[in-house]
Amino acid sequence: MVMEIVCPAGTPAALRAAVKAGAHTVYCGFADETNARNFPGLNFDRAEMREGIAFAHAQGSKVLIAINTFPRAGDEAIWHRAVSDAASSGADAVILADPGLLDYAARNHPELRRHLSVQAAAANADMINFYAETFGVKRVVLPRVLSVPEIAAINAETEVETEVFVFGGLCVMAEGRCSLSSYATGRSPNMNGVCSPASHVEYHDDDGVLDARLGGYTIHRVGKEDAAPYPTLCKGCFSAGDATGHLFEDPVSLNAEQLIPQLQKAGVTALKIEGRQRSRSYVAQVVRNFRAAVDALEAGQPMPEGMLARLSEGQAMTTGAYKKTWR
Amino acid sequence: MTQSSMPIPKVPPLVARALRVMPLAPLSMSLTAYSKRVATHHPSLFRRLGEHDHACFVLDPTDLPFVIELEPNGGVPRIKVVRGQGVGDARIAGPIAALLGLVHGAFDGDALFFSRDLLIEGDTSAALALRNAVDDAELDLSEEITQLTGPMAKPLQRAFGFLERRTGVYLSRPEEAEAW
Repeated sequence: MVMEIVCPAGTPAALRAAVKAGAHTVYCGFADETNARNFPGLNFDRAEMREGIAFAHAQGSKVLIAINTFPRAGDEAIWHRAVSDAASSGADAVILADPGLLDYAARNHPELRRHLSVQAAAANADMINFYAETFGVKRVVLPRVLSVPEIAAINAETEVETEVFVFGGLCVMAEGRCSLSSYATGRSPNMNGVCSPASHVEYHDDDGVLDARLGGYTIHRVGKEDAAPYPTLCKGCFSAGDATGHLFEDPVSLNAEQLIPQLQKAGVTALKIEGRQRSRSYVAQVVRNFRAAVDALEAGQPMPEGMLARLSEGQAMTTGAYKKTWR
Repeated sequence: MTQSSMPIPKVPPLVARALRVMPLAPLSMSLTAYSKRVATHHPSLFRRLGEHDHACFVLDPTDLPFVIELEPNGGVPRIKVVRGQGVGDARIAGPIAALLGLVHGAFDGDALFFSRDLLIEGDTSAALALRNAVDDAELDLSEEITQLTGPMAKPLQRAFGFLERRTGVYLSRPEEAEAW
C-alpha cells in the first residue's frame, strides 16, 4: 500500500497545484480563526472550499479541512458552523483538536470522518485510544516530538491510523501547548490561529543587516550573508551575559524524506507536509518530491535525493525528533 | 514550476543606467491602464486582499532605478512609477526577476525571504495579503499583453519566450506539472 501524501493548500490555486503535482490528499482551512494558519490573504471561503473539493475529487484526491484551533468561550458557534459547512462541502474528513468540538462533530455529523490534529498533542497510545473510543477518531496526526521507535510503539497499541510530518517548519513545543506568541502579541496559534501574527511583525533592513521585531521586541538580527528565519520567538536569537544564540531551537526545516522507509515499517499510514502559508510553487515542488519518494519505495527503489534545501527555513534541514541524537 | 538553486538574475548595471533617463509619467499611465485590465480578469485578487485593498504598496525592483507605487484601490488600481524610495504602507524589495517570478508563481515568497532575495518592510500584514492574493490569482502578465495585440499575439508570445530563455526571468506563468 502506497503511503498517503497529505499536502497543504492555503489557496484554491495551491490546492490545484498540489492535486496536479500528485497529492493523494490536500488539507486546507476556512478563512477565519477556526484554523491554525489564519494569515492575511490565505484560506478558503465556503464557495471556494466546495469548488476545491469538487476539483480534487474529480482528480481522485481527497480534501481534509483543518478546524484545529480551540473554540473561544461564548463563540463556539463559529467552530460548530465550520464543522457543519465542512460536512456539507463534501470534505473527506475534518482535522480537530478540541474535545468539545470533537464531541459536537461526532454527535451532529457522525458520517464525517474525524482526524485528531497535531494541536491535540496526543503522544501516546492511551491518549489516542481514548480519542478513538470517545469520539470515533480514525486518524491521529502525531506531534513532532516522537522518535521512530516511539511511533512504532504507538502503532503497535492502536488501530487508529497515524500521520506524521515529514517536511516543513518545526515547532519546539508540544503543539497546542505553546503560548510563546501570546506573550509578545496577545495572540496565539491555539486561540487565534496565528503564531507571530503578521500585524505584529516588523522588519528593518539597515545596510543588509535585517532586524525582525515581534510585538515591538527584537527577536533576531541576521547579517547580510545570513539566511533569514521566520519571525517566531522559538527561532529567536537572544543575548544573555556574554553568550548569544538560539535559546529554543535553530531556524531549520524538518526533512524526513530519507526516513520514509523506516516510518513505513513503524506502521505510519500518511506523510504530512507542513506549509499552508506557502506558495503554490512550494506546494508543487515539495509534493512532486515526496510523491516520487513514496512511489520509489513502493517500487522497491532507493529514495531519490531531494532538492528542497532552498525552500527550507534558514536554508537548513533536520530530521528533528525522529532521530533523537541528543538523548 | 521550479525554484532553481541558481542565483536570481539581475538587470545589468549598464541597462539600469540607461533606464535612468526613461520618462516615468507615460510609464505610470500605461501601467495603470494595464493593471485595470488585469483587475477585471482577476477580481478575486482584490477580494483576497481584504482590509488591505486600499493600502499603498511600494514595489522596489532593487536592480532598476525606480520604484512602483501600487494602490489596489478596491479593484480600480493606480500605479505610479517614481524615482527614490517611494511612499507607501508596505515595501516589497528584490531584483525585478524575483518580483516577476513571485507574480508568476515560479518562486516561493518565503524561500526568497529566507535567502534574502526579498525584503519586506512596513505593514507586514498588508505585504503578506498581497503576496498570497497574487499567488492565488495565477497571473500571466505576458498573456495579458498579448491578448491586446490581435494578429501580433503569436510573434509577441515568441518574443517573450525568447526573452525568458535568454534572461532567465519569468515573464509569463510557467507550465504547470502534468497531472500525475
